[in-house]
Amino acid sequence: MTRPIRLRWQAAAIMTVAALTVAACSSSSSSGSTPASGSSTGALTASAPGITSTQILIGSHQPLTGPAAPGYDEIAPASAAYFSYVNAHGGVYGRKIVYKYINDGYDPTTTASVVRQLVLQDNVYALFDGLGTPTHLAAVQFLNSEKVPDVFVASGCECWNEPTTYPETFGWQIDYVREGKILGQYVKQHFAGKKVGFFYQDDEFGLDGVKGLDDEIPASMIASKQSYVDTNVNIAPQVAALRASGAQVIVSFSIPAFTALLKLNTLKLGFSPTLVVSNVGSDPITLSGLLESFAKQGGATVNGNALTNGMITDEYLPALSTSDSWYVLLKKVHDQYDPKAPLDGNVFYGMAVAYTFVQAMLKAGRNPTRASLLSAIEAGLPQGPMVSQFAYAAGNHAGATGAYIGIINNGVVTQQGPVLVTDTSASGAITTYTGTEQQAPASGIPSP
Amino acid sequence: MQTLPRRLGVAVIVAVIVVLASIKLDAFRDYQIAEIAVEVTAVAGLTLLTGLSGQISLGNGAFMAIGGYTAALLLMHLNWPFVAVLVLAAAVAAASGGVVGAAAARLRGPYLAGATLMLGVALPSLAYAYPGLLGGDQGLNVAFTTPGFLGATFPLTRWQAWVSAAVALITLVLLANLYYSRIGRNWRAVRDDEVAAALDGVNVAAARILAFVVSAACAGLAGALLAIVTGLVAPGAFTITLSIALLTAAAIGGLGSLPGALWGSLVIVLVPTYVTDVATSNGLSSSVGSNIPVAAYGVVLILVMLVFPQGIQGGLRRILALFTGPDPKTQKPVRPRTDKEGIS
Repeated sequence: MTRPIRLRWQAAAIMTVAALTVAACSSSSSSGSTPASGSSTGALTASAPGITSTQILIGSHQPLTGPAAPGYDEIAPASAAYFSYVNAHGGVYGRKIVYKYINDGYDPTTTASVVRQLVLQDNVYALFDGLGTPTHLAAVQFLNSEKVPDVFVASGCECWNEPTTYPETFGWQIDYVREGKILGQYVKQHFAGKKVGFFYQDDEFGLDGVKGLDDEIPASMIASKQSYVDTNVNIAPQVAALRASGAQVIVSFSIPAFTALLKLNTLKLGFSPTLVVSNVGSDPITLSGLLESFAKQGGATVNGNALTNGMITDEYLPALSTSDSWYVLLKKVHDQYDPKAPLDGNVFYGMAVAYTFVQAMLKAGRNPTRASLLSAIEAGLPQGPMVSQFAYAAGNHAGATGAYIGIINNGVVTQQGPVLVTDTSASGAITTYTGTEQQAPASGIPSP
Repeated sequence: MQTLPRRLGVAVIVAVIVVLASIKLDAFRDYQIAEIAVEVTAVAGLTLLTGLSGQISLGNGAFMAIGGYTAALLLMHLNWPFVAVLVLAAAVAAASGGVVGAAAARLRGPYLAGATLMLGVALPSLAYAYPGLLGGDQGLNVAFTTPGFLGATFPLTRWQAWVSAAVALITLVLLANLYYSRIGRNWRAVRDDEVAAALDGVNVAAARILAFVVSAACAGLAGALLAIVTGLVAPGAFTITLSIALLTAAAIGGLGSLPGALWGSLVIVLVPTYVTDVATSNGLSSSVGSNIPVAAYGVVLILVMLVFPQGIQGGLRRILALFTGPDPKTQKPVRPRTDKEGIS
């Protein structure tokens, strides 16, 4: 009776040894690095982890599957396309950028795991454009404790601008509080006397947006506030509550899939409020595709572009128009390196944030360290493709400061009025931006 | 049978191997060791519940959530010593396991599966209902650091691997003792024939409830470990997918087998990472590459069930039997019976 038991346990021990040996053999040895001073000429050195004389390795966590994947899964390939363009045109001081992005399915626990893989196993120089508020919050503490630059988070949460707690972390896009204020002011001015309903994601993303909206929209106008969680696609109860409240305008801080669900649910109820949707959830090409595919799953046929007509949103990047120099550059890169993706706002986003990263790396010096990247950004970056300036400074890690209001018409966002800039405080005024938009460089690559 | 010293011996040997491996391997492998240990702790409890007492649970992820949130709240607000946190997390999960078990003892087959499935889906959503206390979708951050005596440069992931592996091994030794004790025999008796067991003086309901308590305690421990390993408890970590992954790991390893819990956990943790690495290094497009781990998971499950219907451990036992002659154990099905009321 005892023999089989002993055998089993011995087998267990032997197999454990075998499994661990296999793990040991397949693990990559992390290469040590020697810090070197960043002289302006001289040889390229392995000046920081992830940097060799020939390449710069950066990593990211991205939702390639899951609730946030529709639309957002185009962002990292678009960034990679821009890096390929830069690499083909001399790279950053001769080094090629290698961009490794891993799927986290928009699940914070997976994010925690993949970010550790990137930092501890792949030894990336920096984490670039980690996407999502709930997901990146699962990584931000770890990145800062490991002193890994955490640059240009793909989320407008105000929480990335905490230089004392998170000295390594920088935002990039306009934060949701500023967006909320700019959208709120528009609603207050253009829909006076109407009832307004809020629809928002129940996390820092939605709550920051609501904070900005509440700063501008008087409480007497607000009929109802409804939230959703991204794991539950049944939002019929929230939409019914909004309808019952008599809301004539709905302001939505939602990811694209939930903007589409909101629209379809209002249609189902014969409810036709004016929709005001924050930037991250309003890309017309993404929305149109989602509306058509969701409707098809439900056995209906809709015209996606017709359904997004009249939607109000805000934009911090130039409109996708052939008269814009950034669009011309973007199209050139897109057609050569990422031709399969639709040329939409997400692709523009991915390329624009990659442009800003290349700009920061060029400023960080010939042989950059992790610290020199941070000081380069804190010294301020040119706005590049943004329509307003960045807020970057020694005590400020927020990204873009302004946006303009746009109305979607036949799948295109048309600018309404000037670029508006503001801050994140409740009393901070919203003013017209006085600077001018930059032109894209002819080479397509920022100058140091 | 002098089995306790032997089990302790094996546990010590494995512990030494883990310590040596964690020093030798890089920090990410240490993190994976910790992830595997978390998985083993939860799967070991579930494999006894399902394989030994014949009750299915699709809700053990909920017990992990209870353990995880208990640990996070204790560490955040009361700053308790870590060992006490683990004990209390297991105790709270065990108590809720008792409540669920009392209801479960009246349910059979698909009804039990349905009830536990509901628990697994609904309970983590409480975090949305009490965002002030439980942090909503964002969850709670858990601060866990290396103790001072190891020095400032000691890698955190290695310490996490040690702690998790130690908890997993202690759990396995305790469960192995239960397995061969009167309690384990009672569970098997109840699983195989309730009426016969009752005639022999086994308190059927008590045995079934106790199995739930034990598996919930293990899940609670695993949840607390997960909280300190990932530094976060959030509802997204405890979805129904987790509960099903636990059951899958138990089935792949071999239902009712403790070493099987280890094999199943290795598969669940390592296969997705490995497949992702292979997919990306072969230059697959991201839309294909990011879906391949899910497909691989399914393929592994189908293959194991086809080739080793009794799980990896059952397969190993069969292979060992080729060398050592027929083993009476392999004649008997290890899985619970599937007639009348067995799990489906």
